[in-house]
Amino acid sequence: MNDSLILGRAIVLAGSAIGAGIGLIAGLGPGIGQGYAAGKGAEAVGRQPEARADITQTMLLGQAVAETTGIYSLVVALILVLLNPLVGLVG
Amino acid sequence: MGSLEINGPRILFRIMGYPITETIRNQWIIMAFVIVLAFWVSRNLKKIPSGKQHIAEIWISMVQGLVKQAMGDKNMWFAPYVVALMPYLFFCNISGLVGLRSPTADLNTTLGMSLMTIFMFHFFNIRFNGIVAYLKGYLSPFVFFLPINIIGELSRPVSLSFRLFGNLFGGSVIISLIYFLLPVFLRLVVPIPFHIYFDLFSGGIQTFIFSMLTMVFIANAIG
Repeated sequence: MNDSLILGRAIVLAGSAIGAGIGLIAGLGPGIGQGYAAGKGAEAVGRQPEARADITQTMLLGQAVAETTGIYSLVVALILVLLNPLVGLVG
Repeated sequence: MGSLEINGPRILFRIMGYPITETIRNQWIIMAFVIVLAFWVSRNLKKIPSGKQHIAEIWISMVQGLVKQAMGDKNMWFAPYVVALMPYLFFCNISGLVGLRSPTADLNTTLGMSLMTIFMFHFFNIRFNGIVAYLKGYLSPFVFFLPINIIGELSRPVSLSFRLFGNLFGGSVIISLIYFLLPVFLRLVVPIPFHIYFDLFSGGIQTFIFSMLTMVFIANAIG
């Protein structure tokens, strides 16, 4: 294997790692959204303590749906780091 | 310090060229466990419950309450599926605690489960509303929404399966990172809270979410 090929693979690996790290910034959105939902849920329980079970259930369901984008970014980052799909494109 | 290994399920052996992976073996173990549990709990039921029958009755009435709340009184026939689905998914999610690789940390399992949900969604939609109303649903609110509706339908199994898979696989990656970073004598104590969060709490929540979304989808399909 010649030097330029090794250098190319190293650059691709570095780019994959940086891309995975940047991709996880997507965790910001679900974090903010879930925190907002949890805060509103706490408010609702404070206002109506007898509906606690219903509120918790609805809140968890909404949070799980809001989490989807964060999970997508996690899956993409794991694929970039563990499977290195882009290395095969070099040479 | 040992080496960090994060990989998919190993292939154990092959039956007529078909690979049997850790995922499938662990699923068989869990299915056998759930079946044995169900038999043991439902043996010689009595009018006045005692012992293990209490647990079975609490479980059944809890699931029936969930189904009634999510799908309404007229759809109580769907409860048996959820009664079977939830323990299966829950034991799959927490099987990391006894050293088995979680079957749900494999996209094949979760995609299979979500395809079952999606198949039921379309099947009940056609059966209860008729094929014409079902096809008309793709054209609502008007004709130009056809591609958007098709993409929306296709994204349903993807999001359903990736949610379960991502949570469980991410949890197992973090757990193995923790084991990798700790010195050997600390591995006995420090990971316990992480196991409680990632296996028990996250596994329970994801079981609940998957079952609730299944019920909500099918309640929507029936309309």
